[in-house]
Amino acid sequence: MTVTVLLFASYADALGTDSIALDLPVGVTAGDVVAHVQQLPGAGRLPKHPLVAVNERYVKRDRVIATGDQVAIIPPVAGG
Amino acid sequence: MRTAIVDRTIEVTALLNEVAGNHNGATLAFIGTVRDVNDGRAVTGMEYTAYRGMAERELATIAREAVESFGTNDIIVEHRLGMLELREASVAIVVAHPHRGAAYDASRYVIEQLKKRVPIWKLEHYVDGTREWVDPTGSGSSAVSGAREPIAASRSGGNAQ
Repeated sequence: MTVTVLLFASYADALGTDSIALDLPVGVTAGDVVAHVQQLPGAGRLPKHPLVAVNERYVKRDRVIATGDQVAIIPPVAGG
Repeated sequence: MRTAIVDRTIEVTALLNEVAGNHNGATLAFIGTVRDVNDGRAVTGMEYTAYRGMAERELATIAREAVESFGTNDIIVEHRLGMLELREASVAIVVAHPHRGAAYDASRYVIEQLKKRVPIWKLEHYVDGTREWVDPTGSGSSAVSGAREPIAASRSGGNAQ
């Protein structure tokens, strides 16, 4: 299945894009998605365990990803 | 209660009028503004971006928590995105309540939770022309370097920032 991963701010700069489409097997978790992204060129600046959101909500790494889910890797937030 | 992510100047006076009510004895406005120095470096401006849909959702959740915890529905939060100059307001939290104690508590709760949970980022612009993403956790460098390089993955446009 195709999983869309959104990147923001310093993470988007590091990977040179703000959106990645990954072809991953059914049953992958949020942690698996992060691990795949961490293999891409430029991903060395991502921390080992970044914050992850699915469909605009923070999730834990063991959250199973379904077809059509929007996964986002969230850099340290800095609002205010 | 009302929350919004906006792309325009925050009109604090309008927000104060919006929460005015005969039952309120205390009205507070917290205004976050862009300042000229951060970590010893001279700042010329700040560029705010967000994961917009999630930021709107998370901001509303925080305000709802404050409404339930502190006993007032008169809470308005606006956070601005885009390029801001020194002194411009990036965020305003306006709270009105029958009593001042709960108004202060509610205002403090909203700003502290916002800084922990709402997916908004700021790119500081410095006097020397460089830019850097602000990282409150202090983990690693996030300086903005040269042009972005394409990678071997398809892109889908329309990513709200």
